[in-house]
Amino acid sequence: NKTPSHSRGEYNVYSTFQSHEPEFDYLKSLEIEEKINKIRWLPQKNAAQFLLSTNDKTIKLWKISERDKRPEGYNLKEEDGRYRDPTTVTTLRVPVFRPMDLMVEASPRRIFANAHTYHINSISINSDYETYLSADDLRINLWHLEITDRSFNIVDIKPANMEELTEVITAAEFHPNSCNTFVYSSSKGTIRLCDMRASALCDRHSKLFEEPEDPSNRSFFSEIISSISDVKFSHSGRYMMTRDYLSVKIWDLNMENRPVETYQVHEYLRSKLCSLYENDCIFDKFECCWNGSDRQVYIVMTGSYNNFFRMFDRNTKRDITLEASRENNKPRTVLKPRKVCASGKRKKDEISVDSLDFNKKILHTAWHPKENIIAVATTNNLYIFQDKMN
Amino acid sequence: QDMQEKETVTPERAEEVKLKAKYPNLGQKPGGSDFLMKRLQKGQKYFDSGDYNMAKAKMKNKQLPSVGPDKNLVTGDHIPTPQDLPQRKSSLVTSKLAG
Repeated sequence: NKTPSHSRGEYNVYSTFQSHEPEFDYLKSLEIEEKINKIRWLPQKNAAQFLLSTNDKTIKLWKISERDKRPEGYNLKEEDGRYRDPTTVTTLRVPVFRPMDLMVEASPRRIFANAHTYHINSISINSDYETYLSADDLRINLWHLEITDRSFNIVDIKPANMEELTEVITAAEFHPNSCNTFVYSSSKGTIRLCDMRASALCDRHSKLFEEPEDPSNRSFFSEIISSISDVKFSHSGRYMMTRDYLSVKIWDLNMENRPVETYQVHEYLRSKLCSLYENDCIFDKFECCWNGSDRQVYIVMTGSYNNFFRMFDRNTKRDITLEASRENNKPRTVLKPRKVCASGKRKKDEISVDSLDFNKKILHTAWHPKENIIAVATTNNLYIFQDKMN
Repeated sequence: QDMQEKETVTPERAEEVKLKAKYPNLGQKPGGSDFLMKRLQKGQKYFDSGDYNMAKAKMKNKQLPSVGPDKNLVTGDHIPTPQDLPQRKSSLVTSKLAG
């Protein structure tokens, strides 16, 4: 199953645009940051690309289109756009399209505002390609892509008395095939699956996924590190993957009482939780992703610290740690696997836990939907890696 | 993975002991409502509109107020941006005769 070889050239920026501007809520004297929390592509329907981007409060639908030709040869206009004196026109010609340098234009098509009191953490497009959900810490809203002045609240976990608040929503996603089904994860490590056919307000879950905790292992940190930072359905929709602070878990939708697989991302951090709490790193939100839709291979990928990222092969149970950094990798060379030494004697080429740079975190990774090409984001750089050619 | 609880403390518990030694006033339950409410407000920057507009008035380059391109698409009550506000004329107009 050899795929045709793709170009091994360098990547250039395709388009850059400002999606959100900082805003001010004068009533509450709060600044609303322009920082983008999530971006989701819509399935492509025509030549243009559409994406949803969101900051803490407002979601926007952007159209990104290419222009690679322009009309030339108007009768009433000069090439620079000035109008000609009609009395000087003595012949008529038919304007034609001529190629021009590629221009990529981004234009906002819809703005979905004023529906969230708390900070939006997730957006997810439904498989019906008509609706999408947006989730903040306490509520989830359902939107229609064409309608900006109305939104339906489908989950509300805000308690009547805020003193009774025990958990918040951390991520939400629609099922890839069932347009009535979505899941949301919580800061307590649970995932709830909801069916929109059951009721208008899905406060009662259809399924609750939770791994039982060993009470004797409980510590001050237990709940914090169990908080789920990302949830992603598999392409088939049979499984879902969750990322908590130290691990990646694979759940079978048919089994609620425990995950079917658990992969340790950086277990050596368990004995560093005190300092990770002090420097706030324990609250870092790592994402996770599945490989593309290759039916025979199941790999999950997630980031870590020191610009490391990890991949776990579900079939072979093998895992690998790689590094995204310019100093340690020459372009076009195969990445060398890395190893962290938890304690004791450090072997050559291993890195000790204490020399990890916790400011170099990889929170976002993405896998090409069809090819073995991955994108890995460090703090200031984007790395694109591809499978080595045999 | 077996944890020998009788003889050794789990790494997590050892870290908890370290943390409590450093911060003896730390609350018992990190998942309590106070903690979560702080989390909900994490990152919110307070903004003083008076300070902001005073600072803008001092800027040499005056920015003309202009309607953002999205104004037509915003629904409901439009949250004003600083650019939407009319420029306030300064109270004291200095005479061009003043030295």
